Amino acid sequence: MAHYRLVVNGTPQDVEAWDGDMPLLYALRNTLGLHAPKFGCGLGQCGACTVHLEGQPARSCSVRLSDAVGKRITTNEGLGTPERPHPVQAAFIAEQAAQCGYCTNGMVMSAAALLARNPKPTREEAQAALAGNLCRCGSHDRVLRAIARASGQGEA
Amino acid sequence: MDLQRRDLLKGTVCFVGFSLLGPLAPAAAQTATSRLPLPLDQVDSFLALRPDGSVVVYSGKVDLGTGHRIAMRQMVGEELSLAPARIELVEGDSALTPNQGPTAGSSGVMRGGVELRRAAASLREGLLALAAAKLGADAATLKLQDGRVVTPDGRSVAVADLAGGAPLKIAMDAKVPLKKPSEFQFIGKPMPRPDIPDKITGRHVYMHDFSLPGMLHARVVRPPAVGAHVLAIDESSVAKLPGVRVVRIQDFVAVASPDEWAAIRAARELKVQWSDSATLTTSDGVLGWAKAGPFSAEETLVDKGDASRIAAMAGAPQRVRAAYYWPVQSHASMGPSCAVADVRPEGATVWTASQASHRLAVSCAAALGLEQAKVRTIYLDGAGCYGMNGHDDASVEAAMLSKALGKPVRVQWSREDELAWDPKGPPQALELSATLTPEGRIDAWTTEMWLPRATANLAWIPLLSPLAAGLPQPKGQATGLVSQNGDPPYATRAVRVHVHWLEGAPLRPSNIRAPGKVANCFAVEAFVDELAAQAHVDALEFRLRDLSQPRGREVVERLAKLMQWQPRPSPGPDARAPLARGRGMAYVHYKHNETFVAMAMEVEVDRRSGAVRVLRVGCVHDCGLMINPGTVRAQVEGNILQTLSRTLYEETTFDRSRVTSVDWAGYPLLRFPEVPRLDIDLVQRLDQPPLGAGEAASAPVPAALANAVFDATGVRLRTVPFTQSRVKAQFA
Repeated sequence: MAHYRLVVNGTPQDVEAWDGDMPLLYALRNTLGLHAPKFGCGLGQCGACTVHLEGQPARSCSVRLSDAVGKRITTNEGLGTPERPHPVQAAFIAEQAAQCGYCTNGMVMSAAALLARNPKPTREEAQAALAGNLCRCGSHDRVLRAIARASGQGEA
Repeated sequence: MDLQRRDLLKGTVCFVGFSLLGPLAPAAAQTATSRLPLPLDQVDSFLALRPDGSVVVYSGKVDLGTGHRIAMRQMVGEELSLAPARIELVEGDSALTPNQGPTAGSSGVMRGGVELRRAAASLREGLLALAAAKLGADAATLKLQDGRVVTPDGRSVAVADLAGGAPLKIAMDAKVPLKKPSEFQFIGKPMPRPDIPDKITGRHVYMHDFSLPGMLHARVVRPPAVGAHVLAIDESSVAKLPGVRVVRIQDFVAVASPDEWAAIRAARELKVQWSDSATLTTSDGVLGWAKAGPFSAEETLVDKGDASRIAAMAGAPQRVRAAYYWPVQSHASMGPSCAVADVRPEGATVWTASQASHRLAVSCAAALGLEQAKVRTIYLDGAGCYGMNGHDDASVEAAMLSKALGKPVRVQWSREDELAWDPKGPPQALELSATLTPEGRIDAWTTEMWLPRATANLAWIPLLSPLAAGLPQPKGQATGLVSQNGDPPYATRAVRVHVHWLEGAPLRPSNIRAPGKVANCFAVEAFVDELAAQAHVDALEFRLRDLSQPRGREVVERLAKLMQWQPRPSPGPDARAPLARGRGMAYVHYKHNETFVAMAMEVEVDRRSGAVRVLRVGCVHDCGLMINPGTVRAQVEGNILQTLSRTLYEETTFDRSRVTSVDWAGYPLLRFPEVPRLDIDLVQRLDQPPLGAGEAASAPVPAALANAVFDATGVRLRTVPFTQSRVKAQFA
């Protein structure tokens, strides 16, 4: 067993694992109990497992644990809670921007990263930024409305 | 609360039921030792009152991400004058909830919710009668208010005191008076869903997030070919991975470890020698397979009007004919199927995201060799399933492995497992034929269908791993009601719909959203468009002049306004342009007796690349009483976007041995940049019964799209998916 030092949601964490090639996703979910990032494909194709790595959206299913050492990792739990939601989370709640909600973690994380670098994206810019996030229920239009709302361009 | 109940109920169920829930304890609590099915004619199968006047609802139907969780509370709360926030909902627990059937066929609110509402109204009437006796008042003057019955002169009694501590038995009253629309406090309001804040912030516990102490993570090792047999397993190939155990039962192979990553590695690295198998029809050959038969039955579904008009079609020079095809498709859930099972000698508990947890208990009992009364299935939210995906398979696999390993087991499917092995939406082939009257209206119409047949009276649905392991299960298949809406909803002089039923299917089938109706409505409504073009009549006007159903007329007329529809025949003026724009529409009266939907699309087609871009979708939707217009709107949005995806991109491909579309590159879905503008007009009918919103708006999507492409380009698309290469080939 080797030890891997991570900084997750601002807190240093020591993760024990027998294989440093294990995807970060399993350390977050099974070792640290952070269930917001979801397993969707394990191939970096759907976005359900998205976290922020040094502030940039990353697919935690495709990041090796050993490569995450020392990096600043933020999960959806680190953005906010139902009681004190992040503005993006609050906008998603206001727009009821989820159906089954399984992909929603990735939508929230991608949207938060988009708004951090572009505070007033157009609908087309938001669509392009979320092109790598898949949703099967068809919540897309609400997600776009939530992004508009979070950027002060939708209903207040 | 949920977990606490579950823990408490593991022990002394009767005591808990009474003490926690007061006089109207759940019937489940009283019968938990024998686990008899809960009677559907008793209120306490559905509802329990707490001493503080709050209510627990036991729903056999579950929330698959559709918003039932709020709608059910609104319906029950309405009849009991109780705020939905004071209602707790237990869903899909086979020991605690009555079996209201699978959450399928858009029946959640229409049947399940209506049943709960009737239970709540029956409870209200029963409580008022008891209170009337206790207070010496006329029941008609009493009101239920937040857990108390109140007289006009201000006296009151707590509902908890009405039964004097004894269990309260109230029968369901089929004719119980329901609240009138003028009295509605909660029904008809777009109340927010209670599960959304936790789902947005990552706190919600999905099936995939559930775990038990001492649980093993398992992966099933799938054969490289459907029907392959295990010849040999080299367990030493995974011996170095921590804690890995290998399970083999005939051709069922799985690995498990306390460490999930070890289980994943083991599933990849275990050396299994399999036999060759090449028994499938290829995806390119499905149409030929369907046409060739053999057919297990011939059935004429509709035969109306003047049969001589049908006979006259044969020689009619202006007879129009066309063939349509819908491919095999996956449910393509975002989260691959997952389940946890804890099987012990005294009984089994299976946590599942199945849409049919009651039915699943039968499958689990059969696979485990247990009496059904000893199996409890508990629903937890999975990724949206839109029909029977892999959840049932994963659940039975977890049960089989927990039994084999003597520990709680979590089975998680891979992306490849889900796209390759989930039961598939069956293929559909249709041939349509019609003649027009001299005035350009439909004279005679025939539809001929080639469809995989659902096995009659199937005791339960056969699953993958019990088959591989040689466990007992019935033979047969389920497909849903795939033959409906094969006839046009417009007046004709004669119409006939005939189906050639096929035994089997190219891949194991199951019900997929709006089973059969998506393809049937595609063919019917696109063919209507072909007839309108033949008659040089505007497509909307062509439909409206022979549509008599008033609610159908209303949605079509409202669609014309919504889209500012300009009457003209198709194709439109752009038909020769390299980048052509067009519009098209379709209409459905779902199953001919449920929801009414009219839909139109505006598209842009690039003749050089074959790319079809949907710019705008307009939809007018009448599902009767909308309990929650907010969640109905979400369902309509979802139906539109999901079916656009199915129509534009989706086909499960397979060779003689295996499915070859096993990731999101091979099985692409609609992405954000392709999401069109949506304009949705919902018709609220407070005085009508609810008709369901989970499926109907899927049905007109493909035809509206195909008709818009025809209007833009003059090219008729009759085979799904409308991939870029397929569309481009039409312009060659």
